[in-house]
Amino acid sequence: MLTFLGRRILSSAIPLLVVVLGVFFLARLTGDPANLYLPLSATQEMRDAFSAKHGFDDPLPAQFAEYLSQVARLDFGESLRTAQPAAEAVLRAFPATLQLAGITMLLAVAGAVVVGSLAARRPNSPADRIAGFLSSASASTPDFWFAIMGVLVFAVTLGWLPTSGTVGSAAWVLPVATLLIRPFGVLVQVVRGAMVTALSEPYIKVARAKGAGERRVLFRHALRNAGAPTLTVAGDLAVGLVNGAVVVETIFGWPGIGKLMIDSILQRDFAVLQAAVLLTSLTIFALNILIDICYALLDPRVRQGAMA
Amino acid sequence: MNRHGTPGTSGAESTALEVRGLSVELRTPGGPVPVVRDVGFSVGAGQTLALLGESGCGKSMTAQAVAGLLDPVAEVVGGQVLLGGRDVLRLGPRERRGLAGPELAMVFQDALTALNPVHTVGSQLAEPFRIHERASRGAARERAVELMERVGIPEPGLRFRSYPHQFSGGMRQRLLIAMAVALRPSVLLADEPTTALDVTVQAQIMELLAELRRETRMALVLITHDLAVVAEQADQVAVMYSGTVVESGPVAEVFAAPRHPYTRGLLDSVPAGHARGTVLPSIEGAPPRPTAVPAGCAFRTRCPLARERCATHEPPLSATGPGRASACHYWKELADA
Ligand SMILES: Nc1ncnc2c1ncn2[C@@H]1O[C@H](COP(=O)(O)OP(=O)(O)OP(=O)(O)O)[C@@H](O)[C@H]1O
Ligand code: SF4
Ligand SMILES: [Mg+2]
Repeated sequence: MLTFLGRRILSSAIPLLVVVLGVFFLARLTGDPANLYLPLSATQEMRDAFSAKHGFDDPLPAQFAEYLSQVARLDFGESLRTAQPAAEAVLRAFPATLQLAGITMLLAVAGAVVVGSLAARRPNSPADRIAGFLSSASASTPDFWFAIMGVLVFAVTLGWLPTSGTVGSAAWVLPVATLLIRPFGVLVQVVRGAMVTALSEPYIKVARAKGAGERRVLFRHALRNAGAPTLTVAGDLAVGLVNGAVVVETIFGWPGIGKLMIDSILQRDFAVLQAAVLLTSLTIFALNILIDICYALLDPRVRQGAMA
Repeated sequence: MNRHGTPGTSGAESTALEVRGLSVELRTPGGPVPVVRDVGFSVGAGQTLALLGESGCGKSMTAQAVAGLLDPVAEVVGGQVLLGGRDVLRLGPRERRGLAGPELAMVFQDALTALNPVHTVGSQLAEPFRIHERASRGAARERAVELMERVGIPEPGLRFRSYPHQFSGGMRQRLLIAMAVALRPSVLLADEPTTALDVTVQAQIMELLAELRRETRMALVLITHDLAVVAEQADQVAVMYSGTVVESGPVAEVFAAPRHPYTRGLLDSVPAGHARGTVLPSIEGAPPRPTAVPAGCAFRTRCPLARERCATHEPPLSATGPGRASACHYWKELADA
């Protein structure tokens, strides 16, 4: 198990490095921060002084080396905008995103397991057809369109829900629904497919031959076997959610890490952007490891293969 | 013996299972396809009936219809399955589940995939006790360990927590048999219980089944391709061809003097000193597909005795002597030969 995790950690660390590298250089292609932070009338001396102060005049590789050595000392630099440590800004925004993504994922998985299992019980039954139609509609709804329609109908026209903010449970409805709609649709289809497969396995007949009732057959015998394919897709969707939070947070003014990233790009606030990307990457990295652990928990063959 | 001339259980034995006129159809896009046609047989307590026939003749469908375990594409369209005098086909799903285990159990064709890979074998073995006797975890566990011991799993106390992939094919089949006989059913349907196994293991599994049958006096319906197994294990045999029983009777009599050209063909094609485990040697030609069963006698396309009447008149399975029946217009020609 440990060597297995070790291998997984190493192999996920490489993409992590690539992301950090990419963000560092791409961010610096978006323009010179001096243009934003100094008055238009600033002299060339003032500009040079600003660049020198923040190290922007060094060659890019030197800047990157310096950045890496800072990160190694857990120093993430300061926000150009607020002069606060970048790490502080990022950690303050992080829980809002984590809660949003966590609740969304929880609802999507729970809902998909119920709907997908019921649909799989009798393939091609009316219930299955309805679930199939709704899930493909849901999986193919563009989230920004859904968000804007949601705001127009429920916030602007009906006035039932707020357009932005995080106060009160009503504020959560539109952001969660927007993030939920695609993963839910996709997951229903995945759960249904995996359940249909599991239910056609010989061990299901054996369970029925023992007199197992419908619930025992579905949830004890089939669902756990349908877990692995579901987990693969749920993992990808969860990673997508952390990224997708950017859109939703921007539309709904949700003070999370996605909004922070957009703001810091617009402000050329490199230190904050880099810290935000690093934390997001680390989260995705942790998520992947969590998924691997879940695989092992679900399937004894993975567990033992991993230990061998 | 009933009107179908099914192999009887000799008077002394009480009948554990009687199947009458059982018919099963597959629902296909092209309309219903009959795969089991008017099948009948009966087995007495402590007796073994072999269902013998080539691949695809409907043996598994018959067994699954009896056990109420057909896939949704297949449907029982007629007949009776009398278990202790009650027609189980008329019971609701809940009542039927109540019989699955304590009355009627089944061992399946594919030993390697019939255990659930994600649960310990112990919890799977304990399930019958949990479901039917509402036994506590501890009590069910104890019974499961006893069962493992009984079917010859070494170190059952330790192996209880193992997963199916940690067992050999033979051990898995032992576990499946243990599960099936856990509640001492009065009827056990064993669908080719040894196909997936090594020849030496096959013999051990057959021996285990025979022991359990003697111990618990359960009736055994043994589905097989293997003539040697039938000769060794069974009291009665029902030979199936193309979805229906074409000959039935006591094994010794049927094998000594078959009264259907198909049975005769099967027996003739066995080389002298036929080894156990060889797949049923095929007679010339192939059985008809269920969608294209010839009119009249289904066997006529391969039958050396076929003549005009065989194409127009379907021979019913009818008595040819005490406890014996054949579905051939000209069975007498075989008997006289
Ligand atoms: N799920 C299914 N869908 C369509 N046809 C099927 C299905 N299951 C079985 N059949 C067909 O029904 C017929 C009877 O099948 P069955 O499994 O009862 O045969 P069998 O005698 O058990 O054969 P074998 O010795 O190969 O196990 C066969 O012609 C088979 O092709
Ligand atoms: S009825 Fe005719 S075709 Fe059928 S087995 Fe008898 S002789 Fe052959
Ligand atoms: Mg079969």
